[in-house]
Order: sequence, then structure tokens, then C-alpha cells
Amino acid sequence: MQTTPRFLKILDIFSIILFAVAVVLVFFYAELEAIMGQVQRVFYFHVATAWVGMLGFLVAAIAGVVYLLKHERKWDVVGFAAVEISLVFFFITIVSGSIWARPAWGTWWTWDPRLTTATIVELVYAAYLLLRQGIEDPDRRARFGAVYAILGFISVPLTFLSIRLYDRTIHPVVIGNGGGEGDFDMTTRMMQTFMFSLFTFSVLFATLLWHRIRLGNLAEMVESLRLKITQ
Amino acid sequence: MKAERALQASPKASPVGSFLGAVRAIVWKDLAAELRSRELLSSMLVFALLVILIFNFALELDVKARATVTGGVLWVTFAFAGTLGLNRSMATEKDRGCLDGLLLAPVDRSVIYFGKAIGNLVFMFVVEAIVLPIYSILYNVNLFQPGLLLVILLGSVGYVAVGTLLASMAVQTRTRDVLLPILLFPLVIPVLIAAVKASTGILEILPMDQIRPWINLLVVYDIIFTAVAFMLFDYIVEE
Amino acid sequence: MITVKKLVKRFGLKPVLRGLDFHVEAGEFVALLGPNGAGKTTFLRILASLSRPSMGDVRIAGYHLPAQAAALRRRLGVVSHLPLLYGDLTAEENLVFYARMYGLPDINHRVAEVLELVGLAARRRDLVRTFSRGMQQRLAIGRAVLHDPEVMLFDEPHTGLDQDACQMLDTVLREVAARGRTVVMTSHDLARAADLASRFDVLSRGVIAASVKAADIQTNDLLAFYRESIGTGSVPG
Repeated sequence: MQTTPRFLKILDIFSIILFAVAVVLVFFYAELEAIMGQVQRVFYFHVATAWVGMLGFLVAAIAGVVYLLKHERKWDVVGFAAVEISLVFFFITIVSGSIWARPAWGTWWTWDPRLTTATIVELVYAAYLLLRQGIEDPDRRARFGAVYAILGFISVPLTFLSIRLYDRTIHPVVIGNGGGEGDFDMTTRMMQTFMFSLFTFSVLFATLLWHRIRLGNLAEMVESLRLKITQ
Repeated sequence: MKAERALQASPKASPVGSFLGAVRAIVWKDLAAELRSRELLSSMLVFALLVILIFNFALELDVKARATVTGGVLWVTFAFAGTLGLNRSMATEKDRGCLDGLLLAPVDRSVIYFGKAIGNLVFMFVVEAIVLPIYSILYNVNLFQPGLLLVILLGSVGYVAVGTLLASMAVQTRTRDVLLPILLFPLVIPVLIAAVKASTGILEILPMDQIRPWINLLVVYDIIFTAVAFMLFDYIVEE
Repeated sequence: MITVKKLVKRFGLKPVLRGLDFHVEAGEFVALLGPNGAGKTTFLRILASLSRPSMGDVRIAGYHLPAQAAALRRRLGVVSHLPLLYGDLTAEENLVFYARMYGLPDINHRVAEVLELVGLAARRRDLVRTFSRGMQQRLAIGRAVLHDPEVMLFDEPHTGLDQDACQMLDTVLREVAARGRTVVMTSHDLARAADLASRFDVLSRGVIAASVKAADIQTNDLLAFYRESIGTGSVPG
């Protein structure tokens, strides 16, 4: 496992190409949205990163379950990698949400249920990392991480639901789906762009995840070699 | 020294019996110890009253605003005082190595979870039972309505179900006390939102169909998280 | 009674116990010696079912660890260097609590018996946080024998005790061991161990480096034997 596997190298190139194509589609293929103008294009990145980020959380939760059942270190590496990368993806979601909001609705922040939930998930990730940092024993670190990832993942739908209900009571007259974040009607080309963007980010996530897992495994290998030497 | 009787440590008649017996033993132990030292309750209580005091100055609690804000103030108070209780309750186990003592007992690990959780719940109830009348008096609001008490019950259960598990984790880390709120608050947001909305709804005497979804959410949360927490507890305490 | 084969325990990637073999017959009193950090406490915790082996076979009283740990616990009594007692409860209340956790019948009688055994009957109503360390250790032993276990594990029980307290502790330890129980005791204190044990094992570098029966060695030679086994010139402790 010393050099990058061939498939991963191919995946790297594939990701870059996909991303380039996605950018082209977003800026030139999808039509200009009538009301919000150019800034609406952020939507393609914003929502895609959110969905993929959630996928990452699912991966972390599943890795957690498998680790607890099997106690194999590699599943801990997978879980940790998934959280780290999802953290970045959600950060992009939050920031792009802010960028979208400002010109579109005049505020830097809308307490939109999805955006708020994304922020809370981000906080769960941060808590996960802090939890791991405070533990020296690697097995305990893995176990606690797994448990927290599972708990966190289960709380997300409930959190989203509660914020959504909350929002509805504040803005009883709902403009489109989801309150603050106005929906717009998507044309076919927009839909295609969106699906493509989603696909691109999924592939990007998988690539990054694979790299990060390799990094984690290599680190473990270094650690075990170091131990051998010092004994 | 008297000769020891050759004892066959006979297990109780039914496994359920010994399970409940052990849970009861843990709850009794926590309550008895607390009754002696009163450390936990007094610190939770003083803290809760301080929080209310701070809110008094931080928010303009004029008569009109009070009804809308009371729910929020109460739950923030309970949430923060609650972390004190959770931390202290697990810390006593950790400090003298007593957790090992519990783990050595021939009972299922979940006994420890339920025992501690029920103990924590009782402490929260005690604090709530004292805060409510004081708040009622200070702000001339009647907080003793059955609906409100139900909400407080449901909310506390959810909070303690997750809190006990997370406190057991936090107490085994380097960063301990500081870590618990960081771990806990993002996960209990549904409880806080639902409890606040339901409480406010009851105090403002809103129609039932506006309050019911919140109560349903609380019940669902309580069931899901109690089940999940009790299943995951084993993995927290076993090495 | 206790059979351990090729026990490996790793913390993360670091091995602490490396293929340890260990065997104890019923009724033996084994003193487990070794330098700090050798893994004595780790080993004892695994025997106590508080920690899982990474690899290897551990069998106590016929029970397989960790699979049958729950059933084993009833037959195990453990005293560690932490007292495992609740400071805000009385001596009596502490024992009553543990008796209830173990589901023992006739609790009050049993608790009274044990308090007599460890010489703390007079202080039964006193809070444990007022006890000296020696008294706490004696109460801890009381806690450990409450359910009449066949196997007893002691992790450096003499730590932090003065001479008098050590002597009192030894009296209780002998009494406890006398009833045909199997005992494994880790210790720093060669002299005390020599007094109590029927066998000495030395744990060094993650395995049992040496083992000798008390009958086969003079107390004076014990220190030399120990030093040889661990392979350095350092004194235990």
C-alpha cells in the first residue's frame, strides 16, 4: 500500500474533470434565474455539498456501528475520515448559503431550517473532534467516537424536524418549500445541472475520503513501526 | 472473629427481579449520598437561581414579554443546571474508582445506565420543583399547570437519557466537565425547542392542536434516545 | 482454577502483555511481582473482567473470558489500590449497597458478619470519608468477600499504608485466604509478599519471566531471584 493505487489516480483525474465540467455547466449551461440573478448559481454548490455532507455523516455512523461490532481499527479510520471531510463540505454549505442569502434576501443569515440544521451538524462534528482530542487511549477514542457519531446521526432528523416545525409557527405564511429559503422553479437544464453537480460532489467526496483513509492507515503504520523501533 | 457461614451467593428468583433490585440499589445509593452531603443539589439550585437572576437583567421581562419568554428562560436554566448535576453524578463514580465497583457486580451494564439516569432525573426534578415556585412568585406567573408539568417531565427525561450517556463518556476524558455541554447541547436541541414551544404554548393558552406536535416530538425523542443510549452504554464502560 | 494462555493486550498499537502464560491451582496464593509499567495492573484488570484481552485464552473457575464474564463475576472478589467505596455513605451502607448489587440474601446479617471479619464493626455507622486509608482498605476487602468469592484478586493492597495498618491488613488477608480461596496479589513489597504467598511469579516485559514456590526459596534469596528475573539491577518499586 505504498504508492497510490492506480484506480485512485484515475479517480483523482476524473474528479478534476467532473468539477471543471460542473463549473462550466453551472455558469454557462444553466439559465439565469429571473429573480435572484447570478448569485443563484451558488445553489448548485450549496445544496450539493449539503447532501453529500449528510452522506458523509451516514458513512461515519455506519463505520461507527461496524467498529463497535468488530473492533477493527480500519473502521475507526473510515469514520474519522468521513467526519473530517463532511466537516469541510458542510462548511462550504454554510458559507455558500451565506453568500447566497446576502444579495438574494439582504441578510447574511437566514434561519432557514436546512441551513440551521447544517450549522448544528457542523457543531456535532466539532464536538466529535474535541471528544477524540481529549482521549489518549486509541481504543477508547475509537469507541467513543463511534458512539457519538451514531448518536449525532440519529439526532439530525429530529433536529431538522423540530426546527422546521418551529419555523412554520414563526412564518405561518410559507413562501414555497422551507420558509426562508425561497424555492424557485427549476427548468430542465437547471435540473440537469443540479444532478450533475450532485454527482460531481459525490465523486469528489469519495475521492477525498479514499485519500484520507489511506492517510489514516499510513499514519497507523508509521505509529506501529515507531513502536517497534523504540522497543 | 466469627466463623463465616458458607454462603452460596444465590441469585434472586428472577432476572428481572435482580435487575430492578440493582437499579433500585444504585438510585438509593445516589440519593442517600446526596442527602448527606447536599453538594450536588445545592450547587444546581444556586446556579439555577443565578441564571434566572441574570436573565432578569439581561432581558426586559416586562409583564407582556414574560409570557412569551418564560418557557425559554426556564429551559435554559434547566439545561445549564442539568449539566452540573450530570457531571457531578458521574464524577463521584470516577473519582474513587467506584465505576469499577459497579462494573464488577454480576449485573447487566444497562443497570448502571438506568440507575444513574433515574438518579439524575430525580435531581433534575428536585431542582425544577424548587425553581418553579420561585419563578412563579418572582414574576407572578402560575407555573403549576398540569400541561406544563407534563412538558417538563418529558423534556427532562429526554435530556437526562442522552446526558447520562454523554456524561459517562465525558468523565473519562481529559477535558471532562468542559466537554459535556459541548457534546450534549447539539444533540438535545430538539428537546429544548419542543419543550420551549410547548411550554410557551401552554402558558399562552394556545389551542391544543398547536401544542400537540411538540409533545409528540418530545415523546418520540424520549423513546428513541432512551433506547439508543441504553444500547450504546455497554460500549462506553467496557474496556 | 486460573488458566491463561498466550494472553496479548494492546493499547492501540502498543503491546503491554505479549503472549503471557499463567496457571494457578485452586487454593494457591500467588504474589505477582514486577517493575512499574510491566503490566501487572493491566493483567489483573483482565482477570477481573474489567478489560478485554486483545488475543489469547483466559479461563477462570471454568468460565471463559470475556464471553462468560457476567457469570464469572459472582465468583470473583477484587481489591484494587483505589478503595471503590462511597465517601458519603457509612461503612454499613457501602456494604449494604454492594450486597444488593450482588443480590445476596439476608443482607443485614451478612454485612454484620463481614464488618466483624475486617474489624470495623465499631465504626459501622461512620462515614467512609472519615476513615483512614488503612480502614478503607479493610472495608474494601470486606466489600470484596461479601459474596463469598472463590477467587480473589488484590492489586497492590498495601499501597499507602503505614506499618500498623499493613499488619492489620495482613491479618485480614490471611484470614480471607485461609478458606481455600485462590488469590492473586500484585505487590511492590517483597517482604510482605513473602509472608503471605505460597508462590512468586515475576512479570517482566509482558510475560511471566519466572515462577518459584515459596517452599522452594528462602526469603533472603527472594530479592536476588527477583532481580535476576527482570534482568536489570533495579529494586522493585
